[in-house]
Amino acid sequence: MAETKRKRREADSNISDYAIYLEDVSKTFSDGVPALSNINLKVKHGEFVFIVGVSGAGKSTLIKLLLRELKADSGNIFVNGFNLMTIKHGRIPKFRRTLGVVFQDFRLLKDRNVYENVAFAQRIAQKSEREIRRNVPSMLSLVGLAGKYKAKPKQLAGGEQQRVALARALVNQPKLLLADEPTGNLDLYNTAEIMKLLETINENGTTVVVVTHNDKLVNDMKKRVVTIKQGMIVSDAENGGYFDED
Amino acid sequence: MKIRTFFYTIEQGVIGVFKNKWFTVATVATISACLFVFGIFYAIAFNVANIVRNAEQNVSVTVFFDEGISEERIEEIGEIIGRRSEVSRYELITAEEAWAKFSEQLGEYAQGFTENPLENCANYQIYLSDVTMQSQLVNYLEGVEGIRKINKSDFTADTLSGINMVLVYVFVGIIVILFAVSIFLINNTVTMGISVRKEEITIMKYIGATDFFVRAPFVFEAMLIGLIGAAIPMGLLYYLYELATDFISEKFAFLSFLTFVPAWDIFIYLIPFSLCIGVGIGFVGSFFTVRKHLRV
Repeated sequence: MAETKRKRREADSNISDYAIYLEDVSKTFSDGVPALSNINLKVKHGEFVFIVGVSGAGKSTLIKLLLRELKADSGNIFVNGFNLMTIKHGRIPKFRRTLGVVFQDFRLLKDRNVYENVAFAQRIAQKSEREIRRNVPSMLSLVGLAGKYKAKPKQLAGGEQQRVALARALVNQPKLLLADEPTGNLDLYNTAEIMKLLETINENGTTVVVVTHNDKLVNDMKKRVVTIKQGMIVSDAENGGYFDED
Repeated sequence: MKIRTFFYTIEQGVIGVFKNKWFTVATVATISACLFVFGIFYAIAFNVANIVRNAEQNVSVTVFFDEGISEERIEEIGEIIGRRSEVSRYELITAEEAWAKFSEQLGEYAQGFTENPLENCANYQIYLSDVTMQSQLVNYLEGVEGIRKINKSDFTADTLSGINMVLVYVFVGIIVILFAVSIFLINNTVTMGISVRKEEITIMKYIGATDFFVRAPFVFEAMLIGLIGAAIPMGLLYYLYELATDFISEKFAFLSFLTFVPAWDIFIYLIPFSLCIGVGIGFVGSFFTVRKHLRV
């Protein structure tokens, strides 16, 4: 069995070719409910992938596994070359700095202004003040918030808050951007704007994985779509579509 | 730790103190209350111990010699006494000195004596370094040749050593209770404060902050709060101690044994100890409470 897996992995060429490499990944919650069963998923560097499915399908669990917030019960998970099954607790921060993460509820630091929220990610990455002063304004320009750098999150609209979250996720130039329902709290206009931004980011070389159950969004974008149902991948299609069963 | 991380920690710690005003006030109040009570007991215990120590210094054992003993032997006995570890000091009271002192008390009646009635009452007055060792010394002296009689006060020695023991037990008990209470209260207060900032910690962790980077500002903040919480009762106690000792000394001047230790003699130990405890409580309380939230 192990030999077969090894051969399969070799056949998939080098793991470092992939931003995400999941092999037979399963996760069951402590109450015995299976969340994911034998997931196999490979995302190459530079890809744009939607992960879709109804509520409770296992999308959020998958994101948590990719963030190493949860550890899988079995299988292999490699993200940006880090083996998440064997990674030590002390190495997790270093791994996470290779990622950018965006959430549905933005998760900004409420007591800090836009500039400080973005600069915070740079501080964690131990960047110098000079680098921070250079990088943060250019990132805020990219997301169209250069003029609002002094504003606190509560003074911003939902779409603007998500842009700040995007700027924060991207300022350290991550190889992979994970977006968990990034447009879930946004109107149609802001949804389109955010998706446009994600496309731009992807065109600049960052791998983008968007978890969503917004079928219109997915069908408009014509990207690779991985569908999860009851903890299993039921389809994986280039230029795929999605029909929301919710 | 990089120098900018150090300054970031300090900056965020100080900001945190002012940002979470109610948390700060609640924690400072808790630490202050505990250390205030501790300080009161410490000051009382220090003074009682001082009174007991003064009383102990006046407890003596008196050694009388055999009749007709030579002066050389008396000197030898003195040397034997001086070598004992139980003895802090000793002095020879000659028969003449004993009579002179006694005749002062007798007044005019003393003139009726033509000879020294205390001829055989030359003695060594022995002061102990520790009253609990009185019986040990007496047992030894009873076996020394040339000693006729030993006067001692078992009651005084036992009472003083009893007070000493009670003081130790009460003080240790109070310290244990106070620390248990303060750790419990601090833990609750910090838990409340941290739960408000749980989201902040989670965000930091998602972005890739190390445990140290997340924890250090919280721990520094709590240590700062602990320091403030300790400094306030110390300042207050110092002022109140001066006030209280002046008042009691004035109103109860007739109680000659009631002598107070100067404030500085007490606070020179109490202040650094309390500040360390305040900082320590802040450190321990925050370190372990934050740790629970770091597993993200």
